[in-house]
Amino acid sequence: MSSKRIENFGKINRQKQLKFSWENKNYFGYQGDSLASALLANDIRVVGRSFKYHRPRGVMSCGVEESGGLVTIGTGDRKEPNVRVTSQELYEGLIASGQNAFPSVNFDLASINNLLSRFVPAGFYYKTFMGIPPFEWGSGTSVWMFFEKFIRKAAGMGRSSRLPDPDVYEHANDHCDILIVGSGPAGIAAAKEAADRKLDVILVEQDNMIGGDQLSENEFNSDEAYKELKSLGVRVMKRTTAFGLYDNCVLGLVERVEENVTLSDRRLPRQRFWIVRAKHVLIGSGSFERHIAFNNNDVPGSMTVNASKHYLNRYGVLTGKKIVITTNNDSVYSTAEILAKAGANVTVLDNRKETNIDLNKNNFEVINGVVPYNINGSKKINSLDIADSINSKYNKIDTITCDQVLMSGGWSPAVHLLSHRGVRPVWDTENLCFVPGEPKENITVIGSARGIWGKGDCIDSGIAGTLDAINKLGISKTDYFFPKQGGWMNPIEPLYEVKSKKTRSKSFVDFQHDVICDDVRLAHREGFISVEHLKRYTTLGMANDQGKMGNIIGLSLMADLLGKEIPEVGTTTFRPPFTPVSIGALAGRSVGKHFMPLRTTPMHAWNLENGATMIDAGLYDRPWYFPKSNETIDEAYIREAATVRKTVGICDVSSLGKIAIQGPDSTEFINRIYTNAFAKLPINKTRYGIMLRDDGLVLDDGTCWRLSDNEYFMTTSTSQAGRVMTWLEELLQVRWTNLKVNVTSVSEQWGVAAISGPKTRDVLSQCLEDPSSISNENLPFMGFISATLKGGIPCRIARISFSGELGYEIYIQADYASIMMDILWNSAKQFDGCLYGVEALGALRIEKGHVTGAELDGRTTIEDVGLGKMASEKKSYIGSALRKRGVLSSPDREKLVGFFPVNKKDTFASGTIICEKNNIKGFGVGRVTSVTHSPELGHWIGLGFIKGGVEEWKNINVIGSDPIRNKQIEIQVVSSHMLDPKGERMHG
Amino acid sequence: MIIIKCPYCGDRDHSEFSYGSDASIVYPSLDAPEKDWIEAVFFRENIKGIQKETWQHSNGCRMWLEVERSTITHEIKSVKPCHTQLQKVFEK
Repeated sequence: MSSKRIENFGKINRQKQLKFSWENKNYFGYQGDSLASALLANDIRVVGRSFKYHRPRGVMSCGVEESGGLVTIGTGDRKEPNVRVTSQELYEGLIASGQNAFPSVNFDLASINNLLSRFVPAGFYYKTFMGIPPFEWGSGTSVWMFFEKFIRKAAGMGRSSRLPDPDVYEHANDHCDILIVGSGPAGIAAAKEAADRKLDVILVEQDNMIGGDQLSENEFNSDEAYKELKSLGVRVMKRTTAFGLYDNCVLGLVERVEENVTLSDRRLPRQRFWIVRAKHVLIGSGSFERHIAFNNNDVPGSMTVNASKHYLNRYGVLTGKKIVITTNNDSVYSTAEILAKAGANVTVLDNRKETNIDLNKNNFEVINGVVPYNINGSKKINSLDIADSINSKYNKIDTITCDQVLMSGGWSPAVHLLSHRGVRPVWDTENLCFVPGEPKENITVIGSARGIWGKGDCIDSGIAGTLDAINKLGISKTDYFFPKQGGWMNPIEPLYEVKSKKTRSKSFVDFQHDVICDDVRLAHREGFISVEHLKRYTTLGMANDQGKMGNIIGLSLMADLLGKEIPEVGTTTFRPPFTPVSIGALAGRSVGKHFMPLRTTPMHAWNLENGATMIDAGLYDRPWYFPKSNETIDEAYIREAATVRKTVGICDVSSLGKIAIQGPDSTEFINRIYTNAFAKLPINKTRYGIMLRDDGLVLDDGTCWRLSDNEYFMTTSTSQAGRVMTWLEELLQVRWTNLKVNVTSVSEQWGVAAISGPKTRDVLSQCLEDPSSISNENLPFMGFISATLKGGIPCRIARISFSGELGYEIYIQADYASIMMDILWNSAKQFDGCLYGVEALGALRIEKGHVTGAELDGRTTIEDVGLGKMASEKKSYIGSALRKRGVLSSPDREKLVGFFPVNKKDTFASGTIICEKNNIKGFGVGRVTSVTHSPELGHWIGLGFIKGGVEEWKNINVIGSDPIRNKQIEIQVVSSHMLDPKGERMHG
Repeated sequence: MIIIKCPYCGDRDHSEFSYGSDASIVYPSLDAPEKDWIEAVFFRENIKGIQKETWQHSNGCRMWLEVERSTITHEIKSVKPCHTQLQKVFEK
């Protein structure tokens, strides 16, 4: 091939030159060029290397179906691999390079694979990674795994940047009456018709210019068409791909924002991800020209026929000097004429014996009844061997010197979007293509996507599409009809593969994944005959073009081998996305700190000012520990926990869920949802309670306070707050609609500080207007009062302990939380107190054997966690019917216990598997759920589960096995109440 | 991509709602025998066609809704509050 820019053709702006770089060399193109047209204008033939065999590949199409020109664009954090040169707009300063090649696409050392191709047939990876047949020798051995690494490295395409994406992406939503996909003749006609009828229309075009196939006509003016549509009020979205069609006419669109594409303003988002709801969708997505499978049909310079017409009339690039067009249909003749007019020497090989074409054939030659047989050349085409066909046997008859071979094996309507809706395409035996089936929803297919070839017919089908929409939407009743499918003067004749007599021929079906006709035959021999198996075994249609060009050829070969027709073999289902969508677009703004909403407590700023190191705990950002000078986390939390046991500590526990429960039936409601008795809870008393799910497993634990006859205040764990609230609402609105109860989430309204330790009462009484209100008599264990902090701030104080020490929780209006912390902290300092975070909180509760989410993991019963005595036998409540069912009362269930290392210097991690000494394997007999260093006991301790519970393992030590860290230690099983089992500290 | 018409808030995207469960289940009384509860908690019809479901407008008014949805096409046939008293309010 020798391609070049020529005068008087194309829609590029020749006044505006753009500099770009390809493989570290500078070139020039024009505004309006694609990267493909700019490379072709500079006569760059080899733009890529194939996936498996590393064969040289050139530009093979002019659109999203491109399977040869995949390159890497940009550098550093903006490096993007696998970009189709045909879809990439040229801009000033664009940097592009080849991929899957070393040192360059022009000279690639790995092209040795091409010679070794007999050793890498279809299914190579499946077979190789299973070991060497017949006995899968070597599979799974270290030697085998070692080679696997290299084999995997040799495959694959471009490599993406490892750096964070510097660009922003955003999500947007819209809606309209009619959304039209594709701005070809049908789409534009439909849009005009709909706009005339005052409908709200969005026209989506993936290209940067509207016009679709009309862009390959020299006389078509895209800008004028655009202006006309805008003046009619049509919302035209260019550079926007409709990648998926979903329920209820919802479309997923990706818009490549113009300013960012052309680099004129990088502050704008790079892409917008649109969700558009339309009342009716018109699909005018066009059709793809197929190639023909014959030996060496992938040599750079081979291309679809229609692509070369686009390069000429859109970009002013003539893609060859001596061009051979091979075809089985009428669509190529207008191209032949225009290529010849532009100065190329054109020969058309038509496999049909006779054709009646009403065209000026004076400027090109037509040879009927012959087919392409073999391309001679490797990095460029030297000549084409041609053959005649007698009884489907091909015999080489001649060789034509040429620099380009254009192929047209027929056209395939782009049925992808309809396939997303589960509408199976139907085989059209007359036009040899799958045409869309009949959609049940408000979707109409128009233009060549419907299998209509002629431009005039396409325009009529667009208008009919809009009228169809208007009828279906009930706007008005109008008669309309769709033009017949097809539209060629001479019937198309099947031509999928020209089978070579050579034993080692390479006739490509899928260029991108290097699938050749012999691979399809191999799949058939080995029994992979269903299309879905064929696809997975050979990887046909699995590259990023998703088989837009080659699928039908593969299907026809399989049909032939099975002695069936193509529709009997069927087709695979196309799924979204139509073309690749970047992860950035899917993520939108939900990246970095915006990945998920972060909740902070009302004393967040106070915690930071007072030196907290924070941690994401569930949805919340909570104080983790409060390091002094250079303390490590371990030093800090051990000091904090020890201080709580010795003097006093203050911790922010505002993240607890809080629910206000009000109404005359509140007591009945609460009694039904907790396992323990609540009916007789006195006013001003609080009770620890457990909630089960319907299936009898533990849902959550928390406290519930009785404020008055008809009013309660419930706390839940931080992690289950949302779930409990939803659950209570469900019970009241769905199941127990006769109960007069209202629940309100008040989690955000209250700030809470837990203060605990032997000096707590001294610290707290200094903070209150009336110090006597918290005396042991006035505020006994599990009681609560309304009190006033110094300065007149009202609060609620409950005497609750999570740490096992004397402890209170102080609840205050959220806005006063920081002031409360100031008051408490100033007082605590006088008693050598500390601030503590969730790490110390965890240490304190593990010492006491108190359970949290790690133990209440949705798999444990109330008996498992040792709280069976809290399950009432006298009343019925949620979960009571099923909590003892079958497996849940099995004697060898894992029960909550404590774990001590036998060697007190040993440490262990949560997740450690507990095994019997002589049987260290599998799931063992138990597991460790939480661990900490216990300052009080002076060694590491753990909480977890073991079969049968502590009674079964008295004087029997076990092994804590940590296969990930390759560690085993000897462990003693103890009661889960590892410290102060009688609770004397907190009652004091 | 379903739109659910919340009786209180109007047409809203399904992402504002949370699926609950099968709305045709009548839960037994709390003191009912184990087998009744096993039936209610673990046994579900795998319906091809119109299915009654509960959904909560969790990022809206938090109302629990009874929705009739086609499991084949996602078409929503009807939406009403689960709570019988609320049903009467919205019928007016």
